[in-house]
Amino acid sequence: MTAPAVDAARADAGLAIRLEGVSLGYGRHAVLEDLRLDIAPGEVLVIVGPSGSGKSTVLRAIAGLLAPRAGRVLAEGVPVTGPSTDRAMVFQDDALLPWRTVLRNVELPLRIRGVPRRERRTAAESWIARVGLAGCEDRLPRELSGGMRQRVQLARSLAGAPRAVLMDEPFGALDAQTRAGMQRLLLDVLRDTLATVVFVTHDVDEALLLADRVVVLGHRGGHGGIGRVLRVPDPRTPDIDRAGLRARIIEEL
Amino acid sequence: MSTPALDATLGPAAPAVAGADAVTATGRTRTADGLRRWAVRSASLAAVVAVWQWLTTADARVGLRFDRLPSPAEVAAEFGRQLGTRIYYLDLAQSMIRILTGFALAAVAGIALGVLVARSRWAGDVLLPPVEVVRPIPAIALVPIAILVFPTDEQGIVFITFAAAFFPIMVSTRHAVRALPTLWEDAVRTMGGGRAHVLWNVVLPGTLPGVFGGLSVGMGVAWICVISAEMISGEFGVGYRTWHAYTVVDYPAVLVGMASIGVLGWVASATIELLGRRLTRWLPRVDEGVEGGAR
Repeated sequence: MTAPAVDAARADAGLAIRLEGVSLGYGRHAVLEDLRLDIAPGEVLVIVGPSGSGKSTVLRAIAGLLAPRAGRVLAEGVPVTGPSTDRAMVFQDDALLPWRTVLRNVELPLRIRGVPRRERRTAAESWIARVGLAGCEDRLPRELSGGMRQRVQLARSLAGAPRAVLMDEPFGALDAQTRAGMQRLLLDVLRDTLATVVFVTHDVDEALLLADRVVVLGHRGGHGGIGRVLRVPDPRTPDIDRAGLRARIIEEL
Repeated sequence: MSTPALDATLGPAAPAVAGADAVTATGRTRTADGLRRWAVRSASLAAVVAVWQWLTTADARVGLRFDRLPSPAEVAAEFGRQLGTRIYYLDLAQSMIRILTGFALAAVAGIALGVLVARSRWAGDVLLPPVEVVRPIPAIALVPIAILVFPTDEQGIVFITFAAAFFPIMVSTRHAVRALPTLWEDAVRTMGGGRAHVLWNVVLPGTLPGVFGGLSVGMGVAWICVISAEMISGEFGVGYRTWHAYTVVDYPAVLVGMASIGVLGWVASATIELLGRRLTRWLPRVDEGVEGGAR
């Protein structure tokens, strides 16, 4: 989509994302200053931080929804100037279009890409089944529970075959049990995809469960910025004691 | 207007056919309840007509002079006579054509302009000042200008109708667009959607509830204005016929005209209302919660 050098074999591979001295804020108020971060293709990077630390703001900048005040966001070496099909986003809640059925919501990214009707229907149906909602295709979002709506959002974001998935506290509004189920589903789905994942949460355990690397956003000298970047050994492997790492993250927060 | 009530009675009754005694029972009580409500409504209407009949046949003069007012029986007789004439239907058709043309133009222009001024600051700065100055002028006060500017009366009347419906539609659309959550737009943009996609998939469907509010108000005002304009200029139409009957002191015909205006206006508003409900089925329904709470 961007560089002609990218050959067909790499078309669905994860996106390399780089933040170069990025400063972000709304209006005259800077929330974050001088962010430097390299996100490797295919990795799961989790950004943790307390509420108000600007986690979502970083994600919006990577998505291309918010222009940096200074610095550059690079995707595959090309500066990000706006949103693109390459970088799909999953929002916290209520981002489904309420007037579209489940099927038509999931079809939307394919429709925008100009995929023919029959093909997009097949793709959407298989994604809906993949997130465990087969049979719910014709329901409206208002007829679904919060957890089901987030499943649809996950299916919708992945249906467009993005090279990066940006997730903004996607399970933040769910109860603990539904949340655990969604985390299992996400781990399951991520196993089959090469896409880079940037996941924002305030939940340290969620971060340790999903991440290759954990980035802690914190406050340093008045402005927010990137604290420490911690690698998670043997990521996404169950029954590993991560108490030490957990304590270090909490200390950083 | 009647459809929601119909749905309420048919909804639970339909599965009742399939079996389950409990469901049948609630279906029956609901149907009975619905019938009772319709009986009360019809009785209310009948009572008004009965009082009217009594006042006029008794030649009551109690401050107000009912002795000159035609009785419902006279009006009904006149209505029956007019139903047999071609002219009655021509008048109805003429008024309907005028209001539908004016209203359709106003809907298209009002929605387009409402979206434009809400989405583009530049368009707002250019277009809003003249609109805001013209808006307080009652559409009917534009009649002299309409007569002056438009070559035919017909165009003038359609223009008045258009002017009446345009402003409520435009203003409602503008507010609905401004009140739209940005989340849906962000979602469509991160799917790679451009301006056209956002407009078509988010702005237009998302503002529909608000837009239909404007369309309802617009239809009401347009109806008032088409009748008034017909009374002033025009050679056909329900408004013209009603005014004509007054000038020849044919009061039963005046009342037939008034009743026709009332019924047609109600049908027009109900159509908009029904269409609006059909197109905004996705809204969280208020009546569901209320019904659930009542039981």
